[in-house]
Amino acid sequence: MTAQEQKKNRIIVTVLGPDRVGIIAGVAQVLAENNINILDISQTILQEFLAMIMIADMEKSRIDLSTLKERLAAKGSELGVRIDAQHEDAFRFMHRI
Amino acid sequence: MLTLAEIMETIKMVQEENLDIRTITMGISLRDCADPEPKVACRKIYDKITRLASRLVAVGEEISREYGIPIVHKRISVTPISLVAECNRQEDCVEYALTLDAAAAAVGVNFIGGFSALVHKGFTYGDRALITSIPAALAGTERVCASVNVATTRAGINMDAVYLMGRVIKETAARTAEQGGLGCAKLVVFSNVPEDNPFMAGAFHGIGEPECTINVGVSGPGVVKNAVARVGNADFGTLAETVKKTAFKITRMGELVGRLAAERLGVPFGIVDLSLAPTPAVGDSVAEILEAMGLERCGTHGTTAALALLNDAVKKGGAMASSYVGGLSGAFIPVSEDAGMIRAAEEGALSLDKLEAMTCVCSVGLDMIAVPGDTSAETIAAIIADEVAIGVINNKTTAVRIIPAPGKKVGDKVTFGGLLGEAPVMAVHPFSADNFVRRGGRIPAPIQSLTN
Repeated sequence: MTAQEQKKNRIIVTVLGPDRVGIIAGVAQVLAENNINILDISQTILQEFLAMIMIADMEKSRIDLSTLKERLAAKGSELGVRIDAQHEDAFRFMHRI
Repeated sequence: MLTLAEIMETIKMVQEENLDIRTITMGISLRDCADPEPKVACRKIYDKITRLASRLVAVGEEISREYGIPIVHKRISVTPISLVAECNRQEDCVEYALTLDAAAAAVGVNFIGGFSALVHKGFTYGDRALITSIPAALAGTERVCASVNVATTRAGINMDAVYLMGRVIKETAARTAEQGGLGCAKLVVFSNVPEDNPFMAGAFHGIGEPECTINVGVSGPGVVKNAVARVGNADFGTLAETVKKTAFKITRMGELVGRLAAERLGVPFGIVDLSLAPTPAVGDSVAEILEAMGLERCGTHGTTAALALLNDAVKKGGAMASSYVGGLSGAFIPVSEDAGMIRAAEEGALSLDKLEAMTCVCSVGLDMIAVPGDTSAETIAAIIADEVAIGVINNKTTAVRIIPAPGKKVGDKVTFGGLLGEAPVMAVHPFSADNFVRRGGRIPAPIQSLTN
């Protein structure tokens, strides 16, 4: 597998909402259950409002992106935050040449 | 590695600033569908469109979901029907329109463009048959869009066609009077029409185009407006630079979506149309960008200069972001589809004459303008003649999409609904141009040097 192909399976998971205990654990659990590897996490807190992004690799994932989005959304409503997953290219194309 | 700020910027553009891909339009050649027997031709057309575009909507939705970027429309453009139906009679042309309508419905697209003719130098029998059938075709269908090119810089202006279109527009309005003259919202008169435009109502699949292709139209007036607002009172260099950078980012999304759609549908990627296409939603308006630049209302003095800066910066930023640029590429100023334009027209800040001046520096022309229902065919023809003259002399595309709203007068409002919005009826000049437009013939092609 070339570096280029590896990048094709990378997604960005974003979490937005009020901070509370267990958000990272919750998201990580959904990803782990489906064999999706987390490559990087960064987060910031602005006035108790959490913004977190995860870069993850879906290469060995057991589910497709659409299904993952549904499961993350369900987990998000459980945790009271908004969770979404998008293909990494949506961001790379806009910010990198 | 992407930074948190970059990722948040993209998400904010989509969620708060209405960034979307306005349309992915599949261009389909129908040249192999011509047949002396209209029923046979129509069957071939239906089969070809439904075969090639069967997955268009599904693929659009799939990309939209995976990449988190809304794709508002999936549409189809086809070879100008005047070419395909050349050997058929006028009464058969409507049959073609009904076929396009049915094929569009079958694959789930909301508009199909290409009920079109190119008559900038003169009419063939087929052209004339098609044009005279436009009112019946638009009244009898829901999704079909028509366009007619009446002038080019190299051929001049076919004034017979201009006058004929004045009458066709009147008749189309009359036939769709119950819906406020809605048929006219799906009919565009062009000069220097591009062959690869993905935007309705003027889209068709030109004769230089391949068998099948994907063209993309981007949008994002809201993103540009917020970027302009953020620079505050900065000088013009900073302003232009900001618009350029923002246009680059918007267009990259179009480039990405176009490449993906073409790959997944197995057809070549055509072009990205670098356009700022407004919608009636508040915050998705080109007029509001101009106002954010420092104009009290769109349409006041300074509007043409502001629009010129905007249009040029959008092209500069967009051209860097895409491998293939085409279509109409520029800021659109459709009155009924832009909340800021509607407000400016209602408050008397924006007149038809100012709009005409604005079209000299932007894409495309007098777009989605409602005028009183008793405006004569000759006056409409004269408005078209003025607009295409601007295009012909300045070597650019211009267009007229005008609605003489039946039974309405200045100050009234005509509502089309959805993305077509609602248009305040604007005043036209009361003085006649009848003797001018009735002369007939062709205005010669302009000289290309001595440019003053």
